[in-house]
Amino acid sequence: MPMNNPINVSGLLRFITAGSVDDGKSTLIGRMLYDSKNLQVDQLTAVEASSKKRGMKEVDLSLITDGLLAEREQGITIDVAYRYFATPARKFIVGDSPGHLQYTRNMVTAASSADLAIVLIDAESGVKTQTRRHLYLVHWVGVSHVLFAVNKMDKVGFSEDVYQKIERECVELAHSIGYSKIHSMPVSALDGDNITSRGDRLSWHEGPTLLEYLEQAPTVQDLLHLPFRFSVQRVMRLNRQNIQVNSGFDGADLRGYQGLVVSGEVRVGDEVIISPGGHRAQINSILGASRRLVDSALTQESVTLFLDQDYDVSRGALFTDVNNPMLSSNEFNAELCWFDEAPLDLSRTYLMKQMSNATRVRLKAINELVNVETLERTSDHLSMCMNDIGQVSLKTQTALSFDSFKRNRGTGAFILIDEVSNRTVAAGTIE
Amino acid sequence: MSAVIEKIEIYEKNKTTWTHLDALESEAIHILREVAAECNNPALLFSGGKDSAVVLHLALKAFFPETLPLTLLHIDTEHNYQEVLDFRDRVVKRNNLKLVVRSVGESIRQGRVRLRYEGEPRNKYQTITLLDAIREHNFDVCIGGARRDEEKARAKERIFSFRDEFGQWDPKNQRPEIWNIYNTRVADGENIRTFPISNWTELDVWEYIQREEIELPEIYFTHQRDVVIKNNLLVPVTSLTPAKEGDEISRMSVRFRTVGDITCTAPVASTAATIEAILLETAQTQVTERGATRLDDQTSEAAMELRKKEGYF
Repeated sequence: MPMNNPINVSGLLRFITAGSVDDGKSTLIGRMLYDSKNLQVDQLTAVEASSKKRGMKEVDLSLITDGLLAEREQGITIDVAYRYFATPARKFIVGDSPGHLQYTRNMVTAASSADLAIVLIDAESGVKTQTRRHLYLVHWVGVSHVLFAVNKMDKVGFSEDVYQKIERECVELAHSIGYSKIHSMPVSALDGDNITSRGDRLSWHEGPTLLEYLEQAPTVQDLLHLPFRFSVQRVMRLNRQNIQVNSGFDGADLRGYQGLVVSGEVRVGDEVIISPGGHRAQINSILGASRRLVDSALTQESVTLFLDQDYDVSRGALFTDVNNPMLSSNEFNAELCWFDEAPLDLSRTYLMKQMSNATRVRLKAINELVNVETLERTSDHLSMCMNDIGQVSLKTQTALSFDSFKRNRGTGAFILIDEVSNRTVAAGTIE
Repeated sequence: MSAVIEKIEIYEKNKTTWTHLDALESEAIHILREVAAECNNPALLFSGGKDSAVVLHLALKAFFPETLPLTLLHIDTEHNYQEVLDFRDRVVKRNNLKLVVRSVGESIRQGRVRLRYEGEPRNKYQTITLLDAIREHNFDVCIGGARRDEEKARAKERIFSFRDEFGQWDPKNQRPEIWNIYNTRVADGENIRTFPISNWTELDVWEYIQREEIELPEIYFTHQRDVVIKNNLLVPVTSLTPAKEGDEISRMSVRFRTVGDITCTAPVASTAATIEAILLETAQTQVTERGATRLDDQTSEAAMELRKKEGYF
């Protein structure tokens, strides 16, 4: 179905490292930055000094990403650190995510914006319960591509047999969670084998090095081929008083809709459905981020749309493809990940935010909880505490337009906010 | 209605490439629009530095052709280069913007800030002036130009970063930030700092400045300046930082990679007179932006984290 893709999104890849504590996530990132010559002299000097202060003989590359005082004190990663590096082929944004259960919400934060997850596995111990949990979360939050990096190959004598056994474990795990295609490779983050160059000790392995893989890995383009969805962030009402000088606009009354193309493409002249309300209107003009009129806008673009007629459209409204309308309901099921210390309270209402749309919501029932370590589902334990994932039934105050998260990550996702504490207490994916 | 729009007779051909700059720009515009739509009284922190110039440019684009639905706020250390202040005022005038200036000097004169010694760098004291300005004007959100590649504490910070009523950042208890759905809610007296260019690198900023032809203060480009070389840093000789006895003054070709408090911002040796030349130098540099230029970050491993916890930008 997809036609020639007019957009080249290969210039920027966002990825994360996931996996159990001590499987070497921070070290891997440090190694990649170091070997691809993306560390500056002063950063390296600082890490050398810190390593020495901690009594280490060699430079501890994991110190490159641990930035908080508490992290340095405890030698663990608490919150995601973002690092930026580039090779001649591509720019990378990498999130180093924490492995500990108690920091699940930070791990999910890191994964939610990633095109790809590198899941690290310790070659000595294979798949652990935390590996399962991380892979489950990575899948739940919508990361489409996964690479298993079997790390610490130096500890198992660079054994091909050990690697193949773990690879089989990974494939099995990935399938049970819902991935149909994955990749894997052996590495040693500590010594640098198969990171930027193969090295002699992994010569039996066929396939790219980690960096070669990342330079070619697919970015998220699936949203581009989905039906058009546009979320109205802000309604701009122009009059003579509020026009930028030299903008070329003369000040007649004009209403434009600022927002993000969540999926698909829109062209001038297209007919769209406005939700809520269900009215139809035509796209009269599209103002691009370039401040020029353009003939079309694609997924990920921030634009301003003008319609051929004035309807009552406010923030949170959606413009959608007339041939592929969204679902609309005030009752639905979702898979929820609970973040807050205070457990879910079924007697309260929460604020739901989906794209730019906010509405009150009551959670009617917890239907089942997922044990993300065994992947078993239970329906006899009916409370939802921090780090729990499970299926819930929700009822919103006003009808919601949405797609199932499986079909469209942009329109099928939401967060829940506690209106008293203002904390983000959960995130959900609509079924 | 359509007639009005057709007056701008520039029509772009369908895009064939979507570069990393387009992706970063679109993300920043989305963030700025969320702020404008959800917050009551947003301020954009504008110092006249390159990062805030980029954020201002993004804001002008995000709301184009509407005037900015936000106020510019400059926390002036009174330790600024005149070129930077002139640039600030020029930009404000040209775009007909609303600017509030609050100065650390005023906070000192009011006794709100006490210096430990005359001429002490004022960067950290901006916190007090900033928090006072936030209270005075009831700003519920301050938009800043901080980037995660600048410093290790910043690398950990959310795009919407929550501050309690004492202006404090609690790095161990940040709100989860999932997908691109932002929680912008705060109680009275609390505050959010929003960083639309969190994911930009120094190189991205310069590439964007080049692409968009964004004007900057002259001191970002090469010029002749008297400096004293101390600990591999070039310390500028100014009325605030006069040469001490025994200092060896050299006149050198330099430019600033960041501009801030005169007493703690050092230029680098450079003959780069154009953005192209700066881009070339930035791509080849061996030292980070702050490592080369900031005298205040080198005091400890966690200098920035400690300042941020106290309410710094």
